[in-house]
Amino acid sequence: MAWLTQILEVLAALVAAPLFLGWVNKCRAWLQNRSAPSLLQPYRGIRKLFFKDAVIAENASPLFRLAPYVVFGAMVLAAAIIPSMGTRLPFSSAADAIALVGLLATARVFQSLAAMDVGTAFGSLGARREMMIGFLAEPALLMVIFVASLISATTALPVISERLAVQSVGLYPSLAFTAVAFTMVLLAENARIPVDNPATHLELTMIHEAMLLEYSARHLALMEWAAALKLFNYACIGFALFVPWGVSTTATGPAGLLFAIPLLAAKLAVAGVGLALIETLSAKLRVFRAPEFLATAFLLAVLGLLVRLLLGS
Amino acid sequence: MNPMPFDVQLLNALSALLLLLAFAMLSQRRIVTLVSLLAVQGVLLLAATLLLAWRTGETHLYFSAALTLGLKVIFLPWVLYRLIRRLGVYWDSEPLINIPGTMLIGLLIVVFAFGLAQPISELASTATRSAIGIAVAVILLSFLMMITRRKAMSQVVGFLSMENGLFFGAMSATYGMPMIVELGVALDVLVAMLVLGVFFFQIREQFDSLDLHHLESLKEKR
Repeated sequence: MAWLTQILEVLAALVAAPLFLGWVNKCRAWLQNRSAPSLLQPYRGIRKLFFKDAVIAENASPLFRLAPYVVFGAMVLAAAIIPSMGTRLPFSSAADAIALVGLLATARVFQSLAAMDVGTAFGSLGARREMMIGFLAEPALLMVIFVASLISATTALPVISERLAVQSVGLYPSLAFTAVAFTMVLLAENARIPVDNPATHLELTMIHEAMLLEYSARHLALMEWAAALKLFNYACIGFALFVPWGVSTTATGPAGLLFAIPLLAAKLAVAGVGLALIETLSAKLRVFRAPEFLATAFLLAVLGLLVRLLLGS
Repeated sequence: MNPMPFDVQLLNALSALLLLLAFAMLSQRRIVTLVSLLAVQGVLLLAATLLLAWRTGETHLYFSAALTLGLKVIFLPWVLYRLIRRLGVYWDSEPLINIPGTMLIGLLIVVFAFGLAQPISELASTATRSAIGIAVAVILLSFLMMITRRKAMSQVVGFLSMENGLFFGAMSATYGMPMIVELGVALDVLVAMLVLGVFFFQIREQFDSLDLHHLESLKEKR
């Protein structure tokens, strides 16, 4: 039963991640009065790239070829740890929430190293900016996780999710603050609009795209799939911490899993609309304002922690 | 999880929002928004006072709620908006310490304030005693805002927000000050506001700006 949940969850992440990205793009297009691309557009892009011949720069080291597989593998592993459908996951005992942050950091380091590897100016520019954002976003993410683990007295993500789901309903300002902080971290880490624009190829402002410039064909496909998976994973971490209701636990059994799948789809649909709304309403920040944005996220998370400690709410 | 009664939860949420608002003020560069935030702070204070009055049944809290509504939600923001429009100061110049730095200092201050308030809240017997720490934090954060800002206008907003913090502290420690003290403080703030309004014009006339750095040099450079 546990293994079934585990396999199902990873497969669902692999399949649904590009779909989620497509849904966000579609909502954005609707909100901006553009004609929307098909929901399946990310799949088409990935498929097209898999059938092309890879071109690799002459001076690229093995690291450059290895990086897409490492990044993709880290994202799949992360998807296996995060309780998106059920909390009985054999994999999740291997890593708690802090190790999960480390896993995401590993992916970031490899991506940045690969971007610097070929030695083009844009690659290293993107890598440096990514590392800057990463080092500011990571403490904020850790703080968010600390608040949740302070409330539930554990750092294992499935257990946190389970305990938060059963606690008494009430006003929790600490969780509200951390939810806002988490949303900000999500936007920054996934290269969404206030920090980076995923749709632009304007050289001087891009961060994520600048790192992928040297990749082509299957490597690029894996990188883009990994980016979609990252967004999906972050959304699922958010669900696990802030809307944990409805995931299957030991108490609910196989029927719970049947119930959890459509519920996850509904949560993702709502989250996609919310994400598109935020991205449409906000303007891209200058790169030098990004620390301020992330400092605010960190501040909110710490305030959540302090409020929890002082008021117990 | 110990389920608290809903009104205590609501009070806690309000005090958490007050703390958040203090940080929002600390990071805000536009003076008009700063005044709006001050008005919102007044509204939160009003809500907290009314809730506490309803919970404890103390009639004098209703009076102070009315005072809050009249003075802090309506009158003072209105005066400040008028002053901003008359003086034409819409933006504060860059504060002495940059904004992320100020916020990090603010966090340390909050930790300090919570530590400071711990023994006091153990002595207090009110239902809202845990909010004393937040009140102290709001006072110190407003103080920080007065220190780091350059323009006289934002310093006055800091001063008023400090008074709000004091009021909230008194309310959560002892269910409000005696009526006479409260009236006195309200009158003080009112008069201070009016006097400062006159001062603004004087300062501007003398130095052509509201930047208080000009006041630091002792001799006129002529």
